[in-house]
Amino acid sequence: MLKREFGKSRGRGPLSDKIFKIAATIAGAYVLVVVLLMAVQLGWESGPIWHEEGLGFIWGTDWNAVEGRESYGAFPYIIGTLVTAAIAMVIGVPLSIGIAMFVLTAPKRVGEPLGYLVELIAAVPSVVFGLWGLFVFRIYFKDLIEQPLHDAFGDSIFLFSGTPFGLDVLSASIILAIMIIPTISAVSRDVMLAVPQQQKEAAYMLGSTTWEMFRLAVFPYSKAGLIGASILGLGRAVGETMAVTMMIGNTTGLAAIPESLFDPSQTMPSIIANEFIEASPVSLHVPALLGVALVLLLVSMAINVVAHFLVIRMLKIKEGAINN
Amino acid sequence: MSNIIQDKRAEYRAMFRSNVKHRLLVDKIMMVAIFVCVVTAITPLLWILGTLFYGGAEALSWEFLTKEPGAVGGGIPPAIGPAIQGTLIIIGLSSIIGIPIGVLSGIYLAEFGGSWFSKQIRFFTDVFMEFPSIVLGVFAFLTIVLILGHFSVWAGAFALSLIMFPIVARATEEALKMVPWNIREAGTALGLRKWIVTLRIVLPAAKNGIITGILLSVSRVGGETAPLIMTILGSSQFFSGFDSPMDALPLRIWRFSLQPYDEARLAGWGAALVLVITILAIHIGVRYWFMRRKKSTDMSSRLRKVGI
Repeated sequence: MLKREFGKSRGRGPLSDKIFKIAATIAGAYVLVVVLLMAVQLGWESGPIWHEEGLGFIWGTDWNAVEGRESYGAFPYIIGTLVTAAIAMVIGVPLSIGIAMFVLTAPKRVGEPLGYLVELIAAVPSVVFGLWGLFVFRIYFKDLIEQPLHDAFGDSIFLFSGTPFGLDVLSASIILAIMIIPTISAVSRDVMLAVPQQQKEAAYMLGSTTWEMFRLAVFPYSKAGLIGASILGLGRAVGETMAVTMMIGNTTGLAAIPESLFDPSQTMPSIIANEFIEASPVSLHVPALLGVALVLLLVSMAINVVAHFLVIRMLKIKEGAINN
Repeated sequence: MSNIIQDKRAEYRAMFRSNVKHRLLVDKIMMVAIFVCVVTAITPLLWILGTLFYGGAEALSWEFLTKEPGAVGGGIPPAIGPAIQGTLIIIGLSSIIGIPIGVLSGIYLAEFGGSWFSKQIRFFTDVFMEFPSIVLGVFAFLTIVLILGHFSVWAGAFALSLIMFPIVARATEEALKMVPWNIREAGTALGLRKWIVTLRIVLPAAKNGIITGILLSVSRVGGETAPLIMTILGSSQFFSGFDSPMDALPLRIWRFSLQPYDEARLAGWGAALVLVITILAIHIGVRYWFMRRKKSTDMSSRLRKVGI
C-alpha cells in the first residue's frame, strides 16, 4: 500500500519533486527519441537510393560506385550476413548450451571459474579478435583444416570447393561463433537455472542420470528460453563488425555471394565499415550504404525483439515461482 | 538358502547392469562432451592472451606508449601515444554524456516505473542495448558530422554514449531495486522530499551496483571500433581540439592490421595488449572488488539477466 503511494505523488507534493520526476522521465524517454530519430534519419538520408533503385535495392546484386554507372544492390551483403551468422549459430549454440550445462552440473569450485573465463571472452574487443584471426588463427586454420577438407571433398561437396585462403566465410563464422558464445551461454545458464528445483529432483528420483535429467526436466521446460538465448546470440552475430570485416575477405557485388565455405564474402556491417569513409558524399554511394545500415537496423531490431520476448517470458516464470 | 538369495542378487545385479550400462555410458559421454565444450570455448581466449603477451610484450616501451606514430619503416614499431590519449579522452567525454542520462533513466525505471510508458522504455532500452554499434556510428555521423561539416571528437563521444547509457540505465535500475523499500519509507517519514530521498539515500545505498554498471559500460566502450571509424576518423597526432579528428586505441589497432609491415603488426600486438589488459583488469577488478561484497551473487546475476 505504502509502496504504491510512494511512487505516485502525482498532482500533490512540492515543486522540486515534480521537476525531479520530469527530469527522470525525460532521461527515460531519451532512448525512445534516439530510436525514433535513428529510424527516421536513416530512412530519410537513404531516400535517394530507394528512389533510384526502389525495393530492388534489397535483391539487387550490383555494387558499382563508378560515376555514371552507379548501381547498388544490398542482396549479397544480406546473404553474407545471414550465412555467416547461421554458421556461427550452428557452431556456437551447441557449445554454449554445453557450457551452461557444465557450469550448472560441475562442482562449484570448478564450474564457477571456468564459467567466468567463458564470460571474459565477451570482454575481449572485437578488433582484437580480428587481429588474432587475421595474423594467427587464419594461418593455422587454413593449413590444418581448410586445406585437408578441400583436398578430400573439394570435388564432391560444393561446400568445400573454393580455394582455401583463410579469409573466407568459414573462418569469419568461426570467429563469430567464439564471440557469441559468452552471450548465449550466460543467458542459457540463467534460463536453465529458472527451471524449478522440484522438476529436477523429480527426474533424479525416477532414477535419471544427469544427462537424462537435462533431457527430461530441463530442456522441455526451458526450450523457449534457450531459443531466445540463441536468437540473442544471433542478434550479436548479425551486428558484429570489426572481427568479421577483418576476416571475411571483403568482396563486393556478385562476388560477395559465397558459393562455398571457402569463398570470401561481405556482410552488411563490414561493407559499411569498409566503404563509408571512402564514399563520395555527392554520389549515391553514401545513401546506398545508409540503405544497408537501415536494413541492418531493421533485421537486428526484429531479431532482438523476438529474443527479448522469449527470454523475458522464461525468466518471468522464475520470478513468479520464487515469489509464490 | 543363502545360496539362492545370492544367486538372485547376482541375477538382479546383472539385469540392472545391462539395463543401466547403456544409459550410464550415454551420461558419461555427454558429461565429457560438455567439458569439451568449455575447453573449446576457453582455448581461443587463452590462445589470444598468449599471442598478445608473446607478440606484444616486445613492442612495449616508454616511447611506444607516449610518442606519436611517426613514419613506418624505421625498424621500430610506430608508437601509440595519441591513441591512448584519444581513448582516454573519448571515454571521459562519452561518460560525461552517457552516465547522467543512464543513471537518471535508471532512476526513472526503478522509482517511477510500473506504468505502461515505463514498460515501453525498459523494453526499448533492452533492445537498444543490442543495436549494432556500427549503426550507432552511422547515426552519429548523420546527426553531428554531417551537420557540423567535419569529423569531430564530439561525434565519437556521442556515438559511444549511445552504447553506454542503456547499460548504465539497466544496471542502475537493478541496483536501485535491490535497495529495500523501508529505507525509502524511513526517509519519507523524516519529512524528506522524494528527490532528496532518491539522490541522498537510495542512490548511495545502490552505489556499488551502479559503479559496477558504469565500469562495465566503460570497458565495453573502450574496445569499440566500428562507431569511431565514421566519427573521430583517426589521426596520427595528439589531441588538437574537440572539433578535429582524433585517434583511439581500437581504431589504431585496426589501422595497424591493414598495413603490410612487420613493425605495424608488432605495434598492433602491443596496442592490443595494452587495450586487453586494461579491459580485463576492469572486468576482474569489478568482480572482485564490488561483487564480492554482500549480495554479490545477486547483483551479478541481475546484471547478467539484463544482458550486461
